[in-house]
Amino acid sequence: MLTETDLQAIWLTVRLAGITTLILLLIGTPVAWWLARSRAWWKGPVGAVVALPLVLPPSVLGFYLLLAMGPHGPVGQFTQSLGLGTLPFTFWGLVVASVFYSLPFMVQPLQNAFEAIGERPLEVAATLRASPFDTFFSVVLPLARPGFITAGILTFAHTVGEFGVVLMIGGNIPGVTRVASVQIYDHVEAMEYADAHRLAAVMLVFSFAVLLALYAWRPNPKKGA
Amino acid sequence: MSTIDARFKLDWPGFSLDVDLILPGRGVSALFGHSGSGKTTLLRCLAGLERAAHGRLCFKGEIWQDEHHWLPTHRRPLGYVFQEASLFPHLSVLGNLDFGRKRASTVNRIALEQAIELLGIGHLLQRKPDGLSGGERQRVAIARALAAGPQILLMDEPLAALDLKRKQEILPYLERLHDQLEIPVIYVSHAPDEVARLADHIVALDGGRVVAAGPLAETLARIDLPIRLGEDVGVVLDASVDEIDADWQLMRVAFAGGSLWTRQRDLPPGRRVRVRVLARDVSLAIDEPGRSSIQNVLPARVEAIAADEHPGLLLVRVTVGASRLVARVTRRSADQLGIAPGSAVHVQVKSVALME
Repeated sequence: MLTETDLQAIWLTVRLAGITTLILLLIGTPVAWWLARSRAWWKGPVGAVVALPLVLPPSVLGFYLLLAMGPHGPVGQFTQSLGLGTLPFTFWGLVVASVFYSLPFMVQPLQNAFEAIGERPLEVAATLRASPFDTFFSVVLPLARPGFITAGILTFAHTVGEFGVVLMIGGNIPGVTRVASVQIYDHVEAMEYADAHRLAAVMLVFSFAVLLALYAWRPNPKKGA
Repeated sequence: MSTIDARFKLDWPGFSLDVDLILPGRGVSALFGHSGSGKTTLLRCLAGLERAAHGRLCFKGEIWQDEHHWLPTHRRPLGYVFQEASLFPHLSVLGNLDFGRKRASTVNRIALEQAIELLGIGHLLQRKPDGLSGGERQRVAIARALAAGPQILLMDEPLAALDLKRKQEILPYLERLHDQLEIPVIYVSHAPDEVARLADHIVALDGGRVVAAGPLAETLARIDLPIRLGEDVGVVLDASVDEIDADWQLMRVAFAGGSLWTRQRDLPPGRRVRVRVLARDVSLAIDEPGRSSIQNVLPARVEAIAADEHPGLLLVRVTVGASRLVARVTRRSADQLGIAPGSAVHVQVKSVALME
């Protein structure tokens, strides 16, 4: 059976992925909306920055975040001035790192969903007296719902699968930063192959179930009415 | 101040719009022109969906746009019908109808029931848009625009995306709108038959400029219209059913200046109708024709002659009493008959189209 520390690691992972997904819903939605709608020249650079975590080695991302959040980095100085200390090797440090690491998995599906809606429903809503704000909630959100489901599941699952960034930022503190992927690494390092197997199997089943849900529930692209 | 005063100047790569118009505050005004003439852009400027860099729009005394003011679309009391119905797929028909109605101010609110009744969609309310036919969707879209209680209805070729059968299905509803709506309607179309059927006022556009504007009958009777209408050159007469000849299944309609026989329709005497007479169906004779299959022969006087698109053809405008007809004749026959402004002629009308 799973050990106490395994369960602790799994709970920590779920908490991290859940909080990260919620934060990214709030941050990613306006970013994706802006990327889908803007014609500014710096839309390209912003899009590239958002996509960076897709191609950067997690260790590179983790390294820069570590420097930024460390005692001499800009973020570290800021958090210290607020009396919060520094973020590395804390749970909230992991959350911040995960937000960056999973950003493209939230933004890109949302951006695609927003772009697929097109200009017309927004114009229709405007001719029916809906303000832009009203239109976003009464038309855009319902029409982009499949995009939100995809983005949410991908973000959650991707955060669960995080390893390199966690090691760089969080280290390996039980109950604080030791997530499931790190726990498996520990088991293997300690030659506890049976424990590694059990936890690895849980991760495998979880990942498969998530992807299965994603592909099975994905609604057919609606025809424009 | 019950008119719509619109001035727009807009420059895009490859297209410019430069119009200065006064549209009547009642009835149906058709923005008419070929594709690329700027009619849809003009309509979008009226709605505020497009913002002309230099523009002034005054709707019945209310400024919607000038150098200092810009009323965004959602604050303009208008209804807009797009070429494709563009219903919200996540809402039922009733949800679509309610969308605008819920957000409209309580003043000027046409009852939802009235819009539903006018467009005949009462049986569709619980359906989702993707279960509707193209014609039904467009009717819902029109009702949705009306349910918000607009003070003006803008329609961008609402029939263009439909096949002939669906068009025939919707046209009667549009005619009802024409008869029953108190608000002005601006109707964009490139189809002369729709314009002849529905419009009271016409604005002809070409290359982003207004080339002709005025009351429908008067403007269509202009033979110097700079837009090419081809086989669709013709006039529209306001008439009423005068006499029915049940034996021969014919019906006579009277207009100011004469009357015309046409096929019998199920209409009572006295009923007002609109009659369209195409130039290609009108021929001219100097002497009163003797035995002829053509039933409609009217005395007329030539008013003006103009070149037609084909160099071998002429358009001849004649007056019949207080009304005008346009005839298309060959240059040779005009020469042989010695037709000139002022000549007394007989017009023979081969066929007329009746629009209820």
